Amino acid sequence: MTATSGEPLIVLDSVDKYFGSLHVLRNVSLTVDRGEVVVIVGPSGSGKSTLCRAINRLEPIDSGTIRFDGRELPAEGKALAALRSDVGMVFQSFNLFAHKTVLDNVSLGPIKVRKEKPAAAREQAMALLDRVGITDQAGKFPAQLSGGQQQRAAIARALAMRPKAMLFDEPTSALDPEMVGEVLDVMTSLARDGMTMIVVTHEMGFARHAANRVVFMDDGQLVESAPPAEFFASPRSERAKDFLSKILTH
Amino acid sequence: MGILIDRFDTFASGFWVTLQICFLAGVGALIIGTVVAVMRISPLPPLRAVGTAYVTLFRNVPLTVVSFFAAFGLPQLGSSANFLKVPVLDAIFSRLAIDLPYFRFFIIALGFYTGAFVCEALRSGVNAVSPGQAEAARSLGLTFTQNVRYVVLPQAWKFAIVPLGSVIIAMIKNSALSGFFGVSGSLSDAMNTLTSQEGLPLIPVFIGISIGYLIMTVPLGILLDQVEKRRAGAAR
Repeated sequence: MTATSGEPLIVLDSVDKYFGSLHVLRNVSLTVDRGEVVVIVGPSGSGKSTLCRAINRLEPIDSGTIRFDGRELPAEGKALAALRSDVGMVFQSFNLFAHKTVLDNVSLGPIKVRKEKPAAAREQAMALLDRVGITDQAGKFPAQLSGGQQQRAAIARALAMRPKAMLFDEPTSALDPEMVGEVLDVMTSLARDGMTMIVVTHEMGFARHAANRVVFMDDGQLVESAPPAEFFASPRSERAKDFLSKILTH
Repeated sequence: MGILIDRFDTFASGFWVTLQICFLAGVGALIIGTVVAVMRISPLPPLRAVGTAYVTLFRNVPLTVVSFFAAFGLPQLGSSANFLKVPVLDAIFSRLAIDLPYFRFFIIALGFYTGAFVCEALRSGVNAVSPGQAEAARSLGLTFTQNVRYVVLPQAWKFAIVPLGSVIIAMIKNSALSGFFGVSGSLSDAMNTLTSQEGLPLIPVFIGISIGYLIMTVPLGILLDQVEKRRAGAAR
């Protein structure tokens, strides 16, 4: 019912967050439109992961507001659970349910949260596993899969909820180099299909060709935000220039 | 040593009564412990406080005192064993044909006492489950209850099974207190009857009673070792 509002899908306004005395998000404001792919880059400890995790309230914020699909994030409880079911999340360490098969990982959410019939949910899960290219792994447990396969399964698990947006928190950082490509391919195809995505990553190649916008964070602040071509060719801030010179030289 | 054979029926019936106590108290302790553990990990502060208070009380008061209260304090407070007239429980008790109040009182004491230890064993299992598991479940939109039920507890049980086994073994040994709180016919009561009242020699009775407990505890210990070995083998 709120989907018709003209408001962007995700709106962060003056968000502050502390870990104890550490000020990890400083007055961050960001809006993400429907269908937009925003890549967040920045040095470690700059607050990018925290920002990503704040959007589905895995990290509560200390001040400011976060609105998703026209609604401010509710407090922990049923309403928040319902909101989270609309926001897919992919973690650095995959976090597939270790005691469930890949197929059960993907169908758990639809069955328990969406109350879909198990048979239908499994059928849909198989279709998603096909989309990410791991149908042959459906009956295996996460520990039996390679990192790249696990992360693709985790993406399928998030997609099974038919989310309105997907959050990727360093999805390729825990992968062996040869497996990064297979995961980025899936993400690129998602981006092409018009999924709203926020991606925290160090993969500048992905940022260049799949992002609509690159957001640069440093020291808890959102320093600049520009289309990838512009950001990589002529960063405005000194901090972004410094960051890019460090990562693009090798 | 002839006593072991001559009085076999006394030992056997003592074993049977103790086994019943252990089974019923064990099931009760597992249920109570699970409920209290869920309370202790819940996001609601009042529930957590109740869970913590429960564990603090029952883990730190001697079982003798808890049993004493159950056997003599509860009747003093005006309750009879009738307050246990829960339909299912009642059916079990009458099926066992032991419907003495002290039997029930002691099971309550042992179950509530052991429940605190079950809770802590389970909670150590919950802590062993990677926090990412619960985060993934939350981000899918699972509620706290669904998260605990489908994601956290099924994995926590596996981590908790060995400490839980130790808790159950301790409970079986603790059940020996039953004889001192009016439960007649249990192994520990048989020990008392055979030696103090009938004046039979101590050593053979001691051996017979010990065998009774060992039959319950040793296989459990072996089973736990097996589980642990299989776990070590499965770990990568």
